Amino acid sequence: MKKSVFLGTAAAATLLAGMGMAQEGSTLTQVKERDELNCGVNTGLVGFAAPDASGNWTGFDVAYCRALAAAVLGDPAKVKFVPTTGQTRFTALSSGEVDVLARNSTWTYSRDTDLNLDFVGVNYYDGQGFMVRSDLGVTSAKELDGATICIQTGTTTELNLADYFRANNMAYTPVNIDSNAEGEQQYMAGACDAYTTDASGLAATRAAFADPETHIILPEIISKEPLGPAVRHGDSNWGDIARWTLNALIAAEEYGVTSRNIEELVRSSENPEVQRLLGTTDELGAMMGLDAEWARRAILAGGNYGEIFAANIGEQTPIGLARGLNAQWTQGGLLYAPPFR
Amino acid sequence: MTDIRATATPPFRLSMLVNDQRYRSLTFQVIVFILVMAAAWWLVDNTIRNLALMGKSFDFGFLFQRAGYDIPQTPIPYTADDSHLRASVVGLLNTLIVAVLGCIAATVLGVIVGVSRLSKNWLFARLMTVFVEIFRNMPLLLWILIIYAVFTEILPPPNAFRGEAATSGMILFDHVALTNRYTALPTLGMTNDPGSLDLGARITFNWATIAFVVALVGGWIVRRMIRAWAQDVQDRTGSRPTTWWMSLAVMILPSLLLIWYFGLHLVPPSLQGFNFTGGLNVSNSLVALWLALTLYTAAFIAEIVRAGILAVSRGQSEAAFALGLRPNRTMSLVILPQALRVIIPPLISQYLNLTKNSSLAIAVGYMDLRGTLGGTTLNQTGRELEAIVLMMLTYLVLSLIISAGMNVFNARVKLKER
Repeated sequence: MKKSVFLGTAAAATLLAGMGMAQEGSTLTQVKERDELNCGVNTGLVGFAAPDASGNWTGFDVAYCRALAAAVLGDPAKVKFVPTTGQTRFTALSSGEVDVLARNSTWTYSRDTDLNLDFVGVNYYDGQGFMVRSDLGVTSAKELDGATICIQTGTTTELNLADYFRANNMAYTPVNIDSNAEGEQQYMAGACDAYTTDASGLAATRAAFADPETHIILPEIISKEPLGPAVRHGDSNWGDIARWTLNALIAAEEYGVTSRNIEELVRSSENPEVQRLLGTTDELGAMMGLDAEWARRAILAGGNYGEIFAANIGEQTPIGLARGLNAQWTQGGLLYAPPFR
Repeated sequence: MTDIRATATPPFRLSMLVNDQRYRSLTFQVIVFILVMAAAWWLVDNTIRNLALMGKSFDFGFLFQRAGYDIPQTPIPYTADDSHLRASVVGLLNTLIVAVLGCIAATVLGVIVGVSRLSKNWLFARLMTVFVEIFRNMPLLLWILIIYAVFTEILPPPNAFRGEAATSGMILFDHVALTNRYTALPTLGMTNDPGSLDLGARITFNWATIAFVVALVGGWIVRRMIRAWAQDVQDRTGSRPTTWWMSLAVMILPSLLLIWYFGLHLVPPSLQGFNFTGGLNVSNSLVALWLALTLYTAAFIAEIVRAGILAVSRGQSEAAFALGLRPNRTMSLVILPQALRVIIPPLISQYLNLTKNSSLAIAVGYMDLRGTLGGTTLNQTGRELEAIVLMMLTYLVLSLIISAGMNVFNARVKLKER
């Protein structure tokens, strides 16, 4: 009796332990079985990822998630957006809560290796900047000696800030905040002289102010912040899908494939590179377990890289970011998609 | 007798494990023990296998890497070049600061409110009831956020103190400035600085501080000796010598002498550049957290104190009055010593609660242990499991120490049974 109880308990425990081992099977299979892509995004950064008035997520990072969902599941709407803070994002990814993380995350060595993430590319070349009130009379970050600076805790910006002020032999008082919204509130109340985060984030934050013209973003960019989507390390095929979906969006802009002319190009394009991209010749999609039209759907979801940029954060939007480093390599920028062949 | 039992004991059968009262409890204890061990084993096994699956190891080497981030409030010297370990220690000290400040203030306020609730003044007693019900019935996190938001939104920024047309002024003879970032307090300056005692690891104590501590402790010991002597004289002669001026002298005179010797004076903060410098800037996150923890815990302590006083039977105070003791003497000599027996044990729990509740500091960006080890360090190194385990152990040890200390105190005040 005692023995059988013990054996029963042991068997049950083993069974439970087996069930506890999540993450069996490839991410692609899981996503297809679930028929929904779990995408980790910002908790709310206008232009990059924020729910609009009717609760639909929109933004630059959101558009990437939709393109990926369109490529894999055939429908850009089959995405569940999981808001993550700077503190929770990598845990959410490594624990399998999200399949892909598109949340203004900087690609760094230790994140790529030690945190066991795989960054699949760069969708925005950014750098850390400072925003101050224009009536403060400060025109350069070098004049911020002794200032109180609001900073999101758990981000690379925290380390850059410490390094920059040490390198320039200046002192500062950090005010640690948990989210962009809290930072905005502290900054607006004057609890900090300057707010620092990625320059794109500053522009997005400023755009949401009632009086954006009374705040300036200082010219100094103190770090390299290549922002990109990340996936879990160890599932190369899923990484390939995430990487080449991004590349497809970038390549589409380079070859002039837009969401408006794509149907026409599918029928009539003579360019072999475009034909391969759109799946009219060769079967590139099959090489990573997708169908031939995956890239076509990804581009149709929200347009090519240029269209996504213009619609969410470009100069015509309130955020008003210039392409700058994020122009195609043919235009003097850094965007360079490897060839589709 | 042994014969009877030997013949009455039937041979052991397996079914007796359940049916026989003598073995049943043992059986269930064994089953529960096995279940608990199986659950623990399952958790550990699951953790190890999932860690292996994610390609992560379990080691604390990250504690010795360069931290690379700054902390606003550093009780011991700390720069971004120091290790994560030192950052964690800074966080722990910040936790201790707010916990100690909170425990002291909550006790004082709690005792005042608890005693006042029993006051015969109807209005006063009801006001205290309102205080207790408001603060103990709303979540602590809300109080922290509300107080912090009030500080941030209502107090002026340091800029408002600037120039001829300043819109805000410093208070207490230009020594204290209340701003929406911090309270700028004056620091102590010395014209005759004796230097510092170096304890290694860049932790130093000024000799003057040590001198004051020695003077105060010494004064306290001498005061006890004076009182023992007075008691002795009273026992022998029946009249107690007047000792208050002696007590006052030994407690205060040495400190006054030291102040004169070291040339101690206040250095007021002054506005330079963006912020007040030269003084001590106590951040609003600390003040808000401290106030919220104090008010919240004081509401509970007030109820504990009230319960303790009510637990002393009415006959005790009537007897004291009958002996001619005045009300305040009755309270301090008769009621409180007995009430303390009831008060101390639940008070320990409140101190533990307050200490653990201080980890809500992250909500207002106060860098305590949760903010450093469990926040930025955890994030920058990605060592979630290690950081959380270490943090849990630290809070556990901290709580056990508080508990042990208070239990010693409890043993001293509890009813002596002879």
